[in-house]
Amino acid sequence: MTTTPAGDVFAYAPAPESRAIVDIKASYGLFVGGEFVDGGGTSFKTINPATEEVLAEVAEATDADVDAAVKAARKAYDKVWGPMPGRERAKYLYRIARIIQERGRELAVLESIDNGKPIREARDVDVPTVAAHFFYYAGWADKLEYAGHGTTPLGVAGQVIPWNFPLLMLAWKIAPALACGNTVVLKPAETTPLTALLFAEICQQADLPAGVVNIVTGAGATGQALVSHPGVDKVAFTGSTDVGKAIARSVAGTDKKVTLELGGKAANIVFDDAPLDQAVEGIVNGIFFNQGHVCCAGSRLLVQESVADELLAKLKRRMSTLRVGDPLDKNTDIGAINSAEQLARIRELSDIGEAEVGTGEGAGRWSPACDLPSTGFWFPPTLFTGVSQAHRIAREEIFGPVLSVLTFRTPSEAVEKANNTPYGLSAGVWTDKGSLILHMANALRAGVVWANTFNKFDPTSPFGGYKESGYGREGGKHGLEAYLK
Amino acid sequence: MSDRIDVRKTYKLYIGGAFPRSESGYSYEVTDSKGTFVANASLASRKDARDAVVAARKAFGGWSARTAYNRAQILYRVAEVMEDRRPQFVRAVEQSEGLRTKDADKVVDAAVDRLVWYAGWADKLTQVVGNANPVAGPFFNLSTPEPTGVVAVLAPQGSSLLGLVSAVAPVVVSGNTAVVVSSYARPLPAVTFAEVLATSDVPGGVVNILTGAAATVAPWLASHQDVNAIDLTGIAGETQLATDLEVAAADNLKRVRRAPAAEPDWSADPGLDAMTAFLETKTVWHPIGV
Amino acid sequence: MTASPTVAGGADLADVARSDASLRRFLHGLPGVDQVGADARAAALGTRSIKTTAKEFALDLAIRMVDLTTLEGADTAGKVRALASKAIRPDPTDPSCPPTAAVCVYPDMVATARETLGDSGVHVAAVATAFPSGRASLAIKLADTRDAVAAGADEIDMVIDRGAFLSGRYLQVFEEIVAVKEACGDAHLKVIFETGELQTYDNVRRASWLAMLAGGHFIKTSTGKVQPAATLPVTLVMLEAVRDFREATGQQVGVKPAGGIRTTKDAIKYLVMVNEVCGADWLDPDWFRFGASTLLNDLLMQRSKMRTGRYSGPDYVTLD
Repeated sequence: MTTTPAGDVFAYAPAPESRAIVDIKASYGLFVGGEFVDGGGTSFKTINPATEEVLAEVAEATDADVDAAVKAARKAYDKVWGPMPGRERAKYLYRIARIIQERGRELAVLESIDNGKPIREARDVDVPTVAAHFFYYAGWADKLEYAGHGTTPLGVAGQVIPWNFPLLMLAWKIAPALACGNTVVLKPAETTPLTALLFAEICQQADLPAGVVNIVTGAGATGQALVSHPGVDKVAFTGSTDVGKAIARSVAGTDKKVTLELGGKAANIVFDDAPLDQAVEGIVNGIFFNQGHVCCAGSRLLVQESVADELLAKLKRRMSTLRVGDPLDKNTDIGAINSAEQLARIRELSDIGEAEVGTGEGAGRWSPACDLPSTGFWFPPTLFTGVSQAHRIAREEIFGPVLSVLTFRTPSEAVEKANNTPYGLSAGVWTDKGSLILHMANALRAGVVWANTFNKFDPTSPFGGYKESGYGREGGKHGLEAYLK
Repeated sequence: MSDRIDVRKTYKLYIGGAFPRSESGYSYEVTDSKGTFVANASLASRKDARDAVVAARKAFGGWSARTAYNRAQILYRVAEVMEDRRPQFVRAVEQSEGLRTKDADKVVDAAVDRLVWYAGWADKLTQVVGNANPVAGPFFNLSTPEPTGVVAVLAPQGSSLLGLVSAVAPVVVSGNTAVVVSSYARPLPAVTFAEVLATSDVPGGVVNILTGAAATVAPWLASHQDVNAIDLTGIAGETQLATDLEVAAADNLKRVRRAPAAEPDWSADPGLDAMTAFLETKTVWHPIGV
Repeated sequence: MTASPTVAGGADLADVARSDASLRRFLHGLPGVDQVGADARAAALGTRSIKTTAKEFALDLAIRMVDLTTLEGADTAGKVRALASKAIRPDPTDPSCPPTAAVCVYPDMVATARETLGDSGVHVAAVATAFPSGRASLAIKLADTRDAVAAGADEIDMVIDRGAFLSGRYLQVFEEIVAVKEACGDAHLKVIFETGELQTYDNVRRASWLAMLAGGHFIKTSTGKVQPAATLPVTLVMLEAVRDFREATGQQVGVKPAGGIRTTKDAIKYLVMVNEVCGADWLDPDWFRFGASTLLNDLLMQRSKMRTGRYSGPDYVTLD
């Protein structure tokens, strides 16, 4: 099912990861107060986006369910987790980290099935980073007095996470919250609830006190009920800028502390003295990693005119080797688009882009030849050349494997174009000249600047945006601030 | 009794380093604490707010690119010039806040000292809130604070000088530029402060001061798409206005420093919050190799 | 078209070696190589999972690409004959097992190897030019080369003067390669960089272009006498160079990692890299070789496992 590049004499035979390791139940309830309970709403189906197969029925949490979860979290905060010494909280988090490692393969396969991401990424990036995140914050739990953000937790955190990195975003939210002594109610995305529910089982295995972690599943209404619940002291959201703004409005006038990790339209800037082969890898990793479902994706390639032809030739050749298809095949580079809805959005913006850039000299839409499976949601790696700042594909977050290529002549033009966006989450710079790297790093208005690399994440490294990419930082010592007062 | 008719001062706005009247042509009466007329102050309008944002944005690039050492020197210079004009400030505080000279003296002392304190932070903040991050890979990784951009500051209504200084200094010390709406009833110390800024090497546009009503000017600032943050501390207790402004601020996800229930005790140790509220953390990665 | 080196036309490239200065300008104008990025790319390619039919293809291809090597002071005619026999029929129990590409020996063993190999199609490769250090006069190096060719070598594996290269005397290195190539006559020339001594990937890329410009038919990582020898990222950089060189000139150059490749798993990683960096045109013994001794037996054991479904053991493959 994975497509191989045309004319490939060394065609890799399918190398499917076994699904046998995961045991998906027919239906899932909510995880409240340490137990799985029925939800009051209309249950919904979660599907495998690579096959459209229904994986499970998942409960929808109503306002009352959310209320029960917040109450359970409050009780756990007041009676158990808040009073518990940091060194004891730490040990629970270490336990969770270890269980994540022990059940790593299971988590990776389940993530791949529910999300559509390649097993290679789930296995080599998502799950190890999740475990590392719990390890990192576990160690902070009894060292908060050294971090400079106080030692008093906020209380109950309401957390809403997206579908692009379901388990990793869960870790980014839960690990620091718990380390700081808060309890949480987390809502995973509607299309990717399964690894969060498996995480609930892991909490049980770790004997985490009831109510410290509560998982409520559902769609936007459930999320809205959670963030606007008066019993929530802290709101943490990762997702779209539009929803982020709605949350910012809904918490206005309250005492709720808020962190928002929202959209981006990152510039990946390649100067003519760049290490080109690594730049090509960085561009590919920047926009095709996780099907481009990455808020910090390098979706705008800014390439210096003097090296544009050479770079694009290399990039197209490299894109031709990308293997699109079965997410569970260990050789797949690009998996399935997470949902029909997202696929429709990518198609729509790409069609708009095609009309915008036209077919003039050096302009157009391009994808390598690849046969896409007939069922499931798929989009080929795509690039647009001849894009200008005025085009929608240079301004709007596509959240798919679609790269817009623009050119520039001078460093100042690169800075102006890179910063000419309401977003400010990330940026990339490629050059062999050290002083230029530092100049660009200073001038770019973005929360993460990757120089001669891209899409690197680490628990110790703060992540978060400027401007409409949101506020607050997750990860590192900075990430503690969001969960302490 | 002298026969000489004294020359009264016209209190104007401070925008982009200049002292214009309100473009609206409106002014309002300012009285002392006993209700006696003191002067007319310019009543800042929506368009004055707009002009101030343009000036602040224009000044941001240069101000944020200055060395921290240079910003420290300039803020210290502001303190020096204030000290030099103590009598004028003491008089202004007496008038505005109805304090006895001895107490007004203390307020001015505290305001000057507060500026000195913040001036010293310019080149230390990065060291205190920045971080080298030991990532699990061959990468150099450094997080540094950067100014968030243009910050709208609603200055305290009560503490017309110490509160003002305590609200403005932490915003600009890190490289932000500010559009300040002064206390409505007690605007005159703010205008005098503007005159100090104008003669203290502070580049035009770094601090812009509008006298007038937060309720009419602030909504324009809160919804302005080219303002990056808003400090609501000055409208302590005005719950509905604060909520409305926070809602408006969400349009471009401004960083919001919320209004407290009551005006804070400005003589207390300010801590880092007033500075860190208007900082972004930028994390830079680079491979380590040969 | 701009003067960017990797897309420069052949005419420009011909001029590059007119002086030390122009050669230096050209080599230092090549795009840099970021070590961490190159390492990461090589590691990522190493995670490909090659199973069943793809693995069968890879195993036979890898055997056909082996330059079965013995380069010991203790080498004897008996040892070389045994090795040559094994090169012709690596698995005596299985006639479908292909021969290796060549045997690789010191010049004084060429005649012996030649005699055993006869017209089997397996080539004789000789390491010449004062291998492995290369520390001899040019006259000696050329004599060494001519001697090996006269004794029947089909391929000459020369070493570059790393001292000259590292001190920036690129033209000297260039001219030495040109001279050795001339001494090779019809024999194919492989140019060994000893990448472990060049240390940086930037140097590896420059050496690659230098050797290709000088007319080398193959570029080769290492002598096997210096650690580290062949690595995946060094080979990646060299593969990128031959790919870009063909783009610029139309001429195809081969790549030979040598030293340290001992397992089938490693060999398959290299083949995956060739496939994805250069493409199918290089998946042929004419364009890619493994300089190895113990690798062959591991390939044979894996081949046996593929055929029989059982794991093999060292007693079931021949020692030589």
